[in-house]
Amino acid sequence: MYEPKMELTLEQREILEGKQGPTMAKIMETVVMFGDIFGAPRLVKVTHDDGHLVTSFGIKLLKPLFSTMEQINEAGIKTKGHFTVDPRPIDYENVKCNLLEKLVFSKIMYAKQEMYEEQMMKAGLKNKNAFSCAAYLPEVGNTPKEGDILSWAESSAVVYANSVLGARCNRNSGMLDLFGSILGYVPEFGFITDEGRKAKWKVIIKCKELPEAQILGSAIGMKVMEDVPYVIGLDKWLGHEINDKAMGYLKDFGAATASNGAVGLYHIDGLTPEAKKLGQKLIRDDAQEYVIDDAEIERVYRSYPIMWKKPEKKGNLVFIGCPHLTFEQCNSWTDRIVAGLKETGRKKVVVRTIMTTAPDIADKFKATPKYQELLATGVKLTSICPLMYTNNPLTKSRRIYTSSNKLRTYSNARYAKDQEILDFIVGKESK
Amino acid sequence: MKEFKGRVIAGGAWKGEAAVSHQGFNTLASFQKSALKNAKQVYVSDQNNKDLFGVNITGKALCLPITIGSTTGGLVIQTVCQMGIAPSCFLFSESIDSLAASGIVLAKVWENSDVIAIDRLGKEFLDTVKTGDQIEVKEDGTVIIL
Repeated sequence: MYEPKMELTLEQREILEGKQGPTMAKIMETVVMFGDIFGAPRLVKVTHDDGHLVTSFGIKLLKPLFSTMEQINEAGIKTKGHFTVDPRPIDYENVKCNLLEKLVFSKIMYAKQEMYEEQMMKAGLKNKNAFSCAAYLPEVGNTPKEGDILSWAESSAVVYANSVLGARCNRNSGMLDLFGSILGYVPEFGFITDEGRKAKWKVIIKCKELPEAQILGSAIGMKVMEDVPYVIGLDKWLGHEINDKAMGYLKDFGAATASNGAVGLYHIDGLTPEAKKLGQKLIRDDAQEYVIDDAEIERVYRSYPIMWKKPEKKGNLVFIGCPHLTFEQCNSWTDRIVAGLKETGRKKVVVRTIMTTAPDIADKFKATPKYQELLATGVKLTSICPLMYTNNPLTKSRRIYTSSNKLRTYSNARYAKDQEILDFIVGKESK
Repeated sequence: MKEFKGRVIAGGAWKGEAAVSHQGFNTLASFQKSALKNAKQVYVSDQNNKDLFGVNITGKALCLPITIGSTTGGLVIQTVCQMGIAPSCFLFSESIDSLAASGIVLAKVWENSDVIAIDRLGKEFLDTVKTGDQIEVKEDGTVIIL
């Protein structure tokens, strides 16, 4: 048996010793061994029982995931609360595929999807609508409160929960997210502690206009890697309350910091909860400084490699919404597309365009007249993960444009700013 | 010959070739393509990684500051260890990050993997070691660039 370095309660030690069965013992061993690497003195209680898992896809090669889930199911083990999970990979109704692509998706790549969803249901999945990378949004409802301790994964969700909601969660890996939700305990280190939430970087924004969230996040992520940045100068555009606009901006900004770097927590001066309470006291004395102006934003934007096989050709597919769009973003994108088409005198977008949002937000949006306006433009709304779509080697022939830096990082998709995407799809500018 | 001493996360003795990333190693982006193809070797597919893009890292000592990117990272490390296409050693110049640590622990506990991981080797280690160098790793966390 693994000899833990941290202090365990009698109950925790008994689990480790196998009193609740061999699978629970292995789960405890994993979590304790993980915490010991970081010098965690003990396990602390998860106070927001609903977990969030990063692994939503029944991709065949993830044999360790399915085999662990099988052991969990066989032992009748469930999470303390329910859990949400990242988006599904397939939606043939709204993201049309040809026969060959369907064959590869359903029979080869995601052949284990149905089986894996059944495994998750047995382990505590919330419901059939629980598939979103932005499950913290109010419509989905897995929304922790300030100070809550979580056992989540999904880099964009963890950074949002820590930074915007003021919850406490380490950048857990897939599997560790589930294990903490089963045990109801996580190791006490890193972002769980006050000290771990202090900023090692002071980032000063000197741009003339609000920088594109996805490029600003990318620049900061690549610079600070896994450290905590304290960002000064954004509140003059975003205000001092987390309203719908700020929510969307910070979601996209955070996702880029986490995927282009490894940021798990950021503070925005005058806006995010801890920055509002503690201000620049959150910045460590030995913090480094990074000044971002318009030239730096442009430098970072120009540095992205183009991975298309034929970069001289126009794009033929556009994904908007990675992470999933907020309700406000569904509305504002629709308004902008409708207005843009009016300007170019067209009825429909000139390139196949797909917007992605959480199933619960899609349901809410579909109940509004604006959804019909969106449909009339030819744009489709789905709840899949665009990254899962691009995993199919047959989709490599698509020249995908996206305003998501996360999708760019993990696929051959080419990044473009929101306005460039808009101009392209309404036929104003050919890309 | 230059010697460095780090902290043992998962111990073992090993000799072989180094593959060096001076920037954060994006686990998902790097392993994704080879793993999806069920390939026998991993050629790094992270377009942002100027040092290792297109380099074969299977069975080598991956020398890196930390890992970055998606929180699938740990599960990806576990999976490539289970598939037998992982690097033999992960040699971190900084303190190991939470995703890489998860992956090493998952590989050890659930796959009985013999993957080696040593962290805190220091900035000088990463400044010194070059892709293609022969290196020796000892049980006590000593890493020698031969």
